[in-house]
Amino acid sequence: MYEFNYQRPGSVADAVSAVKSADDGQFLAGGQTLLPTLKQRLAMPSDLVDLAGIGELKSISVDGGTVVVGAMMRHADVAGSADLQAKIPALAALAGDIGDRQVRNRGTLGGSIANNDPAADYPAACLALGATITTNERTLAAEDFFTGLFETALGEGEIVTSVTFPAPGKAAYVKFKNPASRYAIVGVFVAKTGADVRVAVTGAGGGGVFRVPEMEKALAGNFSAAALEGIAVSPDDLNSDIHASADYRAHLIGVMARRAVEACG
Amino acid sequence: MSVTVSMTVNGKAVTGEVEPRTLLVQFLRDHLGLTGTHVGCDTSQCGACVVHIDGESVKSCTALAVQAEGTEVNTIEGLAKDGVLHPMQEAFRENHGLQCGFCTPGMVMSAIELVRGRPDISEKEIREGLEGNICRCTGYHNIVKSIKAGAAAMKG
Repeated sequence: MYEFNYQRPGSVADAVSAVKSADDGQFLAGGQTLLPTLKQRLAMPSDLVDLAGIGELKSISVDGGTVVVGAMMRHADVAGSADLQAKIPALAALAGDIGDRQVRNRGTLGGSIANNDPAADYPAACLALGATITTNERTLAAEDFFTGLFETALGEGEIVTSVTFPAPGKAAYVKFKNPASRYAIVGVFVAKTGADVRVAVTGAGGGGVFRVPEMEKALAGNFSAAALEGIAVSPDDLNSDIHASADYRAHLIGVMARRAVEACG
Repeated sequence: MSVTVSMTVNGKAVTGEVEPRTLLVQFLRDHLGLTGTHVGCDTSQCGACVVHIDGESVKSCTALAVQAEGTEVNTIEGLAKDGVLHPMQEAFRENHGLQCGFCTPGMVMSAIELVRGRPDISEKEIREGLEGNICRCTGYHNIVKSIKAGAAAMKG
């Protein structure tokens, strides 16, 4: 790692001013992506501003039909939350299957979505559940937040403070994991609320997480795995790498989507 | 530029001067001489460096020493009491849960958190719970057997 200064402010306002006043400040959440990145010398921030001391980012609360999750809630917190297990069990299950146990004890919701790794699980949940992302400056729909590979709408000195998830009628997330990294080669989150169905895909898209309107339309008419037969996702905009070709990922999207619909029960 | 970091390690208050970039595992091994915590892959995958921070298993190669400020850290060296092995350590010995032994400290630390409050944990749950620990000897069969025995022994 290159050298950096370390700061641990106690409030969002102090964290923002710390990053803004640094030469090249960087927020640190759970560090499960950032620290490995620094160890490989792929980044060289002048200052790391640790958000771990900010109490206002650490809560989960139910507000009517929605659940508001603080940005610094760790995957283990989300997985173990009685509120989420009751209101959005698919989200608790997703969090409980991120990485491994030790990663889940450190990694956070806010860190994951701010990083927007194309193989991360949370972006699929945000998009499929129609989540809204609250920052210290504004509130954004998930569609407007995730803008590309490792890219989000976050500006300089802008922190995710919480994510608001509407509780769906039914939802499930199914992923095909890379056996070594546990990242999703393809992950599909299906959510149904009333007549509205959303299907979001992570791990596959050349531009990051995306929805599949053809599947959503078919499922809105007939919410069953059979309704997805014959719907092919084009491999044109999908990633190809040593783990899977674009064609294979396209195939997996269909398989994972059908399994997710079946898992919705 | 160095900073002062203070924490409790294996029940003892410790203070050290570290650079902010010092990893927790470097602090434990190089500053405190607690070399029972190993560095295997250095890429957050193998789990040889697992320690407990406030009772929870974490990879100490993927945490900064400064992030552990004010916490209670427990390492493999802190498990045995008065020369008597922790039940999980004893279970590893009894069940031949180690071959070369390199992954063992991380396996034991992960196992203790994994089985806490679950004396009847199943083999499947143990195997899933060990996702973050890799044994290059591929000695998983006896590791799983050890953890099952350790879980039962920790009940008492």
